[in-house]
Amino acid sequence: MPKFSKSNVPQFSVDVYQNEYLPEGGREVNAIVTVTATGGGTSGGRPLDGGTPAPDAGVVVMVDCSGSMDYPPTKMRNARDATAAAIDTLRDGVAFAVVAGTHQAREVYPADGGLATADPATRAQAKQSLRKLTAGGGTAIGTWLKLADRLLAGHDVAIRHGILLTDGRNEHEKPEDLRAALAACAGRFTCDARGVGTDWEVKELTGIASALLGSVDIVADPEGLAADFQSMMENAMGKEVADVALRLWTPQGAEIAFVKQVAPTVADLSARRTESGPRAGDYPTGSWGDESRDYHVCVRVPAAGVGQEMLAARLSLMLPQPGGAPEALAQGLVRAVWTDDMAASTRISPQVAHYTGQAELAQVIQQGLEARKAGDLDSATAKLGRAVQLASASGNEDTAKLLAKVVDVVDAASGTVRLKARVADADEMTLETRSTKTVRVKK
Amino acid sequence: MPPLPESAPSAAPAIPAVCPVCAEPLDAEDRFCGHCGHDVSAPAPAGRAPGTPVGAQRAGEPSAAAAASAGDGTPGDGTPGHAAGDGDPDAFRLAPPGATAAAPPGTSGAAADDPGQEAAANADGGADTGGSGDTLVLGAPSRLADPREEEPAAAATAESGPVCVACGVGGVDDDGYCEHCGHAQPRQRDHQEKELEGVAAVSDRGLRHHRNEDAFAIAAASLPDGSPAVSAVVCDGVSTAYRPDDASAAAAVAGSESLLGALERGANAKEAMHGALMAAFEAVTALADEEPPTDGRVHHNAPACTCVSAVVTGPVFTVGWIGDSRAYWIPDDRSRPPARLTEDDSWAARMVAAGLMSEAEAYADARAHAITGWLGADAVEVDPHVAAFQPDEPGVIVVCTDGLWNYAESATDMADAVPADARSRPLASARALLGLALDGGGHDNVTVAVLPFPAAVSRAGFPSA
Repeated sequence: MPKFSKSNVPQFSVDVYQNEYLPEGGREVNAIVTVTATGGGTSGGRPLDGGTPAPDAGVVVMVDCSGSMDYPPTKMRNARDATAAAIDTLRDGVAFAVVAGTHQAREVYPADGGLATADPATRAQAKQSLRKLTAGGGTAIGTWLKLADRLLAGHDVAIRHGILLTDGRNEHEKPEDLRAALAACAGRFTCDARGVGTDWEVKELTGIASALLGSVDIVADPEGLAADFQSMMENAMGKEVADVALRLWTPQGAEIAFVKQVAPTVADLSARRTESGPRAGDYPTGSWGDESRDYHVCVRVPAAGVGQEMLAARLSLMLPQPGGAPEALAQGLVRAVWTDDMAASTRISPQVAHYTGQAELAQVIQQGLEARKAGDLDSATAKLGRAVQLASASGNEDTAKLLAKVVDVVDAASGTVRLKARVADADEMTLETRSTKTVRVKK
Repeated sequence: MPPLPESAPSAAPAIPAVCPVCAEPLDAEDRFCGHCGHDVSAPAPAGRAPGTPVGAQRAGEPSAAAAASAGDGTPGDGTPGHAAGDGDPDAFRLAPPGATAAAPPGTSGAAADDPGQEAAANADGGADTGGSGDTLVLGAPSRLADPREEEPAAAATAESGPVCVACGVGGVDDDGYCEHCGHAQPRQRDHQEKELEGVAAVSDRGLRHHRNEDAFAIAAASLPDGSPAVSAVVCDGVSTAYRPDDASAAAAVAGSESLLGALERGANAKEAMHGALMAAFEAVTALADEEPPTDGRVHHNAPACTCVSAVVTGPVFTVGWIGDSRAYWIPDDRSRPPARLTEDDSWAARMVAAGLMSEAEAYADARAHAITGWLGADAVEVDPHVAAFQPDEPGVIVVCTDGLWNYAESATDMADAVPADARSRPLASARALLGLALDGGGHDNVTVAVLPFPAAVSRAGFPSA
């Protein structure tokens, strides 16, 4: 079917799940907000017909080329192969570049201070230039990000994305340098981060991915890199709109307890609010393709009398417009109704309960692993036991499997576990990295 | 009532440049719009379209009260002048609808015909029933008194749109909430009144529920022999079911239309009543087939409501009901015994009927109000009860939901609550009964219709319906 509209902006819809009934004097309003984007230009794997406009996107692949990438030498080779696979996934017309990262950042392709436009010839040239990638030097991720930002800034594209691969800690610059680089890049492009092997720092990469609104994962076995890069690139190619903000309006006198993304992963957005008008603030959500995400909003409103109704929050998805006020793509209402009907006010929304559990799951895994590292085995057992219980109750099987590699599960329902005496680094890091992955409410 | 000296200055008449209803240009001398007849001489609050509701005079109430309450509303002036608003957290609740409160389907016919009448009656309520306590001082918050003035005002400029009735600061958004404090704005159904020749009804949200799930329909028709038939249908949505407000509205309209339609065609009153209850049942059942809600909740209960109707035809009146909404017979001569005309389809009534509990015991039980009969797709059996009566004296039939009769359960209590002049002033009586329920705590939605017997039609000086 021909597409007449040039815009590939997907249709956004917002669904709010909550129990709006509060008891007399009740103040806390919880709601799960499901944002779904559909009908964008995402091909979903279908071959694109000629009528589809060229994707309006730029991607920079940052490959760690520090000395450690040569131990074992397969790591560098796999990184090259993975980057090549990612380049093959680039759609024609997408602007791209490859950056080699060490204690400094170096343009590998097109190496002219800008981005190349993907076509069969440039993809072949780029893959050719990957051969020049050799390991040697340190790791200063902040410099890589700043270079990626410079390259992307030179191109007028809607979707700006980075893919970052590292195998080690950010040892050759101060943590504040990385923080400054992240602050400078946040909101300018999104970035997925991947750690290969087990010598990298989970918190470091998680911090990068969360600041740049991307995903983070471990690729323990370098053999898996190519497939992972390919899927990351496909995901990036599926994005249709960038810089979508979740705008939250709350009434006078209300306090925002928190705003979290809770699916597909847990990410607390509370601290990332920028004021956008009277009683309204924007939370960044990055770029969107055809996908669905859930947010948990918790607001404390001034209590009102029984029988009264209040709008506790209005959520709008705001798309920035060139040279104008952002456009509201969709909105949802969170209500508060005070009632003396105990049956109504004590009911807990299943969605709120589920995601409260998923957020706790992520938290207890992190705390449990933290305690385990610190040698506080009692606390680690208690926290990871609770995690096993939550994962089992909510049907989060992936996390349950990862937990089972770190603890021996005696009884999942009660959360009775024993810490394993020996745990592979890769298993522990995988659990930590993926602890924020959530599952949706069982239907 | 609002202290007039305070509110009067801001209510000074000012003729707007264009009619707030139809935007017809006006001259400074114009008192009425030359195009649509809107009364433009009414006090106009600054920045808002003017208009004392035309119904104020019609209802025979002191128009000053309505003017005072409708006139004051300059943003930022707080609430001086709003007697009921001062210190009363519920004060905003009874004001007429905000700009966006769409009239729900099946809202009583007169309210739809003339929203001003309903709003005006609302504004007047305070004056009329001031004696029954603060709770009925409905007029004060009705700065937005006339729904007709909302839309043109909102369309004109953002600044002149409606102002929140709760905080008086924020504007009202498209969803009917204050942009400042978030409070829901009153909806049209929160308080409704209607008076026809020979029958009147009032419905109110009460003090503890966040919306009005009751509905009523009053109507009059001519029998084939030319004599009048006057009816009142009152329905109470079942709160635990989904869309109770839609259920009651649909049932009231369908029941009323079926009842009078059948009577006009010459049907026997009892048959017409039976048919009306079945028509109401079908209307509610049809709601269950409509598109499922998209709010992600599982709704186990189909829309449901109770229904009670009374119709006066010549020397008899006929009552029909399903559920626990009631009808009472209150003779004019209070020395004569009043009577409850309906038997509740309720747990308590069943217990009493089966001789298992005394009435006092049964009604004290937590299950007392569990209803055993209702209109709705999931009704176990639909067994309309119909009874005809032929009193040999004049009186009124009070048709009401449990929001009222909980405060005057026995027939004698109800008779004590009904004003002595109920037959000549049914609307005032309905308001007085609402006042009784609100004074008692207003724990549920309250709806009451007062139906004079014999049918009081063509009274001198009263406009025909």
